Amino acid sequence: MAQKVLDALEAKFAHAVVRTGSAHGDEIAWIKRENLVEVARWLRDDAAMSFDYPVFCTCIDWLDWKPIGLPPEQHWSEDKPRFTVCYQLRSLTHRHRIRLEIEAPEHDARVPSLSELWPAFNWQERETFDMYGIRFDGHPDLRRIYLYEEFVGYPLRKDYPKEKRQPLVRRDDLPINPIKRAGHEEKR
Amino acid sequence: MAVELTTTRLEDAAKWAKQSKLERATNWGRKFSLFTYPFVTACCGMEFMSVAGPKYDLARFGAEFPRFSPRQSDLLMIVGTITEKQGPALKRVFDQMAEPKWVIAFGVCASTGGFYQNYHSMPGADQVIPVDVYIPGCPPRPEQVLDALILLMDRIQNGRGHSQLRMKREQLIASATEE
Amino acid sequence: MADSTLKQLVLGRKDVQDLSDTETELPPDLMTVNMGPSHPAMHGTVRIVLTVDGERIVKGDVQPGYLHRCFEKESEHATYTQVFPYTDRLNYVSPMINNCGWAMAIEKLMGLTDRIPKRVEYIRVIVSEMSRMTDHLSCVGASAMELGAFTAFLYFLKSREWLYELLEKVSGARLTHSYVRVGGVSKDLPADFDADLTLCLDKIEGVMVEVEGLLNNNKIFRDRMAGIGAMTKEQAIATGCVGPIARACGVDYDVRRDHPYSAYPEVEFDVPLGTTGDCYDRYLVRVEELKQSIRILRQCLKQIPDGPTMVDDHRVGLPPKRDTYNTIESMIRHFKHIMDGIRVPPGESYTFVEGGNGELGFFVVADGTGRPYKAYCRSPSFVHLSTASQLIHNHLIADVVPIFGMINMIGGECDK
Repeated sequence: MAQKVLDALEAKFAHAVVRTGSAHGDEIAWIKRENLVEVARWLRDDAAMSFDYPVFCTCIDWLDWKPIGLPPEQHWSEDKPRFTVCYQLRSLTHRHRIRLEIEAPEHDARVPSLSELWPAFNWQERETFDMYGIRFDGHPDLRRIYLYEEFVGYPLRKDYPKEKRQPLVRRDDLPINPIKRAGHEEKR
Repeated sequence: MAVELTTTRLEDAAKWAKQSKLERATNWGRKFSLFTYPFVTACCGMEFMSVAGPKYDLARFGAEFPRFSPRQSDLLMIVGTITEKQGPALKRVFDQMAEPKWVIAFGVCASTGGFYQNYHSMPGADQVIPVDVYIPGCPPRPEQVLDALILLMDRIQNGRGHSQLRMKREQLIASATEE
Repeated sequence: MADSTLKQLVLGRKDVQDLSDTETELPPDLMTVNMGPSHPAMHGTVRIVLTVDGERIVKGDVQPGYLHRCFEKESEHATYTQVFPYTDRLNYVSPMINNCGWAMAIEKLMGLTDRIPKRVEYIRVIVSEMSRMTDHLSCVGASAMELGAFTAFLYFLKSREWLYELLEKVSGARLTHSYVRVGGVSKDLPADFDADLTLCLDKIEGVMVEVEGLLNNNKIFRDRMAGIGAMTKEQAIATGCVGPIARACGVDYDVRRDHPYSAYPEVEFDVPLGTTGDCYDRYLVRVEELKQSIRILRQCLKQIPDGPTMVDDHRVGLPPKRDTYNTIESMIRHFKHIMDGIRVPPGESYTFVEGGNGELGFFVVADGTGRPYKAYCRSPSFVHLSTASQLIHNHLIADVVPIFGMINMIGGECDK
């Protein structure tokens, strides 16, 4: 339904758009990292686009991606980028929406920040950093938001075990006191 | 001089459990005038509001007025999930309360962690502080909460809350070392 | 005479005329005050580190995350149906809406959105609107209590109890229902639901008249709420605000009307809009939305058709018990459903509904197995909380209380 948005985007930023697609009523555009800010600024300021409303910012970790029913070339492998940062935008005046997806490899997980364009992405990028470890260049205050500063690791990555706790405080007389044991490992 | 405060002799246990008339009266007063500190975190808070509301009335048990300062309260109700980030705050609040103090773990998240078994939820508030009464339920029905409150009141009357036992133990050690 | 001796004591034995110009005012050192994670007005658990100049807030550092219960990580290890209890506990004052949102997200990925039976759509709208009413009753009641209006709180709690009893009859639980399933609902509405709900709505309308009489023109209430925490329309849009907060600023956006889903195209309702965006407007918008919810519920009760409560598709929904106990194929299908979960074909989609606080969305990535690969919840409370630090700027410490109350920051939804 917003195919003309994708067409206009491809016409103007042919060097920045890797590919476009549409799935389940959403329009998706894969954008290169370096051109993200200029594409986003055009999407916000251009009158025909006017994507003024920021919806969400999150990240997908493709480490365990082995979908059933798709051929093995579409599974994740080491040569493909591990993370995809997704930004969803919506226009309240024109009633269309778009999702920008930016790929980032594991060894260089950095993406430019869009928090000056839309203030809502300030906290959402902090959350993505907290959970996945993606650094946002140009973010004014990139620190953990949900977890405490002493937490080591990025929990929503697929290689972080779900139940690995890093407790801050425990009762002294507990039979299993993980803080007193070396390595902060908890056995339950 | 080592003071033996555990015993297998029934008469010693009965002697230590026996309460004087003054103790019985004090405990009677304590149980019917609990000042709660509702440490509300999550969904169980809605049920706590219902328990304190007009239909399931907490006021008829004397536990009406929540004191929002731990220094002025004696019943800490841990309502909802405790996370690792919240742990130091919970411990601090508990330490700031004056003896005798009682703790109710309201809801299954505060008792054992509930169905949250992950890197941030603490598996029960008793990992940090000693708990007197555990209320299961997600969230527990208000009748369950009132039942737990009555159970706690019986414990207070018999002097069996953790903090009362601690006070009694210290008192016995002090009187034994005096002799 | 006594006046000047008092001044002498207070000012350290100096007479007022001897003080220099800088000494007559209190020193303007900034002080850091912590409104800690366990605070009665913090609705759940949020910590604000305030830097205050006297009583005026200069900077507020809002720190959420004290209730982070790892919704995303847990749902990656649970089947699609097992995620329903986790969604209940996201916005725990309006749990049915979260359930409906998750069910719609999975149905969209499976292509079932057009085949859902009409009765299921109406049931979902009815329970969603009842949940929206409990949300607004709790929010307004709790905020009023924090400003001292304890009577309004008790009256609204009384009304909420009636709704909880009805929702308990429908789903089995007062608060965390887990009633909706992918493809339908878990069981049909009880027998005399119509009469019960109509009686309940009549009683609630009576209570609302009383509470509006107590609060709307109350000088204390207005003084504490009007002009506090105002936000312009452009600020609201750029910071991502939705729901009653954005509508109080004048942003005319409601998912139920602009991107209609479920049975909302067939019911009529108005969307209340405010003008100034301060706390008083948010309160008025919420009260008006309560009345509109009652209107929607009455229409749904008239229009609800009969029919099945689960879509007729072998990929979702358990087989009828008669077949499960008598044929081996149905028993195997039942077993695979429970153990493996619903097989959702690979894909990603974003589905959004109008929650109690605004647009609640689920961004789901499916990989063909019975467990989601990624399930992100776009929670409106998180976004609203991020505007809190600019809203409390330059207000008094006591103004934090109505601002937080009217933002309706639900801890479970904010911290996921």
